[in-house]
Amino acid sequence: MELKSTREAYGDALVELGDDESIVVLDADLSASTQTNKFANKYPQRFFNVGCAEQNLIGVGAGLSIAGKTSFVSTYAVFSNRAWEQVRNTVAYDYLNVKIAVSHSGLTNGPDGASHQSLEDITLMRVIPNMTVIVPSDAVEAKKAVISEARRRGPAYIRLNRIKTPLIFDEDYNFVYGKSVLLKDGVDLAIISTGTMLYEALEAAKMLKREDVDACVLNIHTIKPIDKDAIIKIAKETGAIVTVEEHSIIGGLGGAVAEILAENYPVSMKIIGINDKFGESGEYKELLEKHGLTSMNISNLAKELLEERR
Amino acid sequence: MAVMADVNDIQRLEDKARKIRKHVLNMIYEAGSGHPGGSLSCVDILTTLYFDTMRHKPSEPGWMNRDRFILSKGHAAPTLYAILAEAGYFSVENLPSLRKIGGLLQGHPDSKIPGVEFSSGSLGQGLSVASGIALAGKLDKKDYRIYTLLGDGECDEGQVWEGAMLASHYKLDNLTAIVDRNGLQIDGLTEKIMRLEPIAGKWNAFGWHVIEIDGNKIEEITSALDEANNIQGKPTVIIAHTFKGKGISFMEWINSFHGRALSKEEMEIALQELG
Repeated sequence: MELKSTREAYGDALVELGDDESIVVLDADLSASTQTNKFANKYPQRFFNVGCAEQNLIGVGAGLSIAGKTSFVSTYAVFSNRAWEQVRNTVAYDYLNVKIAVSHSGLTNGPDGASHQSLEDITLMRVIPNMTVIVPSDAVEAKKAVISEARRRGPAYIRLNRIKTPLIFDEDYNFVYGKSVLLKDGVDLAIISTGTMLYEALEAAKMLKREDVDACVLNIHTIKPIDKDAIIKIAKETGAIVTVEEHSIIGGLGGAVAEILAENYPVSMKIIGINDKFGESGEYKELLEKHGLTSMNISNLAKELLEERR
Repeated sequence: MAVMADVNDIQRLEDKARKIRKHVLNMIYEAGSGHPGGSLSCVDILTTLYFDTMRHKPSEPGWMNRDRFILSKGHAAPTLYAILAEAGYFSVENLPSLRKIGGLLQGHPDSKIPGVEFSSGSLGQGLSVASGIALAGKLDKKDYRIYTLLGDGECDEGQVWEGAMLASHYKLDNLTAIVDRNGLQIDGLTEKIMRLEPIAGKWNAFGWHVIEIDGNKIEEITSALDEANNIQGKPTVIIAHTFKGKGISFMEWINSFHGRALSKEEMEIALQELG
């Protein structure tokens, strides 16, 4: 099984985009970690390190975009949140071409502990008008999403990972902004997932299949604007939904799905994620186990949901 | 080489500044709220920029080679709007729409308004944005200049100093920052609320060329802007010592006019004073 991190894919995508003179890349002293150093090495004139100054990172990226550039700005996910108000007032309000591509999201920065893990960012970004929020599930999707965003006008938050994760898609995969991807059909329930948890969701569906539960799996890579029609359709077809994300259960993917279903087609739901807690130091796999972000736990909670409905 | 503005030019700019002050007071009076003190302190600076120093085409706000102005102290929006209207970016008939629902003129600068480069209002962000535009100007080998006006109270914001480091590090000599040093912020004297002095020393330590002037004297403003345009290899900051409420006798240096409109009686006296 091939493994690759979404941040590596981001670095590769930037290099691929580099011939376009309107692309500029900014980093806040983490260019090796975020992989923007690949672009910096090839196109040093269009790379700007702002030092560890995240508010300035967003502001300078905004200024470059006002002058006609497409700015990719990078740091760790949690540190980009430090400039939330700059993102709101400077980037989103003016609908600027600033792509905030952040690494080390979720628990993927395991050993560094709570201060370096980002479990609230989807919520924080999703609530801002004009923002796009994209959470790629593997390196293939990440690269295609970054290239797609370079060509789309407007602000975006792209959530990337430190850890190497399994490749789910092949090179023929077609990323479509705002469109979900149905990876497996099923009639008994739907597992809706985003980012790193897609792989676990697919594994959970396999486990359920062995117990005669036929679950479909829907990948929501664009959390905003969300594919509302697909969510309502899948709720109508299955009547039971489990959402899974490496993020707080408050206001993330689960929240977004619940908002749509509550108003349009309420069905039984379980929201799987980090249960309103901070992270801690540990190996990535250990942290996923501790917070129940495993295929086994997803499959168990899915069965529980079906039991509750009977 | 410093070019001194001639006497006729200065007279023309002073007349224009008086007209802008009247617009500002009327707009805030009509709106019933706003920031007259800090709007009046920077009238002479903005008037000089837009009617003397800057290269711009009001009929073509998006002209690529225009000089850019970023109002970082967004609460002085009435002054910027009055200037843009007088320059011809939009009709002066729009001025009474300030702060009114459905109107063109938002309470703080909005990039949807012709001539407004970026939406400001939240303090501390303009210098970063101006620096980003300046970097793009260098990258594209354009000779346009970027000006930004900061409040002195605004310099409490940490982001201002992040921006100051960057502009100096990247040698942005196409950027001029002006600090409206009126000495007052909402809660009182800047030196009592959060000491800024030695403010010139701070900018100097950050690697900027520093000029200190009387920011309500047109001839000092023109010559400082001219000096800034000739400095190479570093950005310039002009510490412009001004009076909050400048131009109206009972408003000057009185901080209660930071954030309130004038009463009807006060308006009559003020407009009389402006002639």
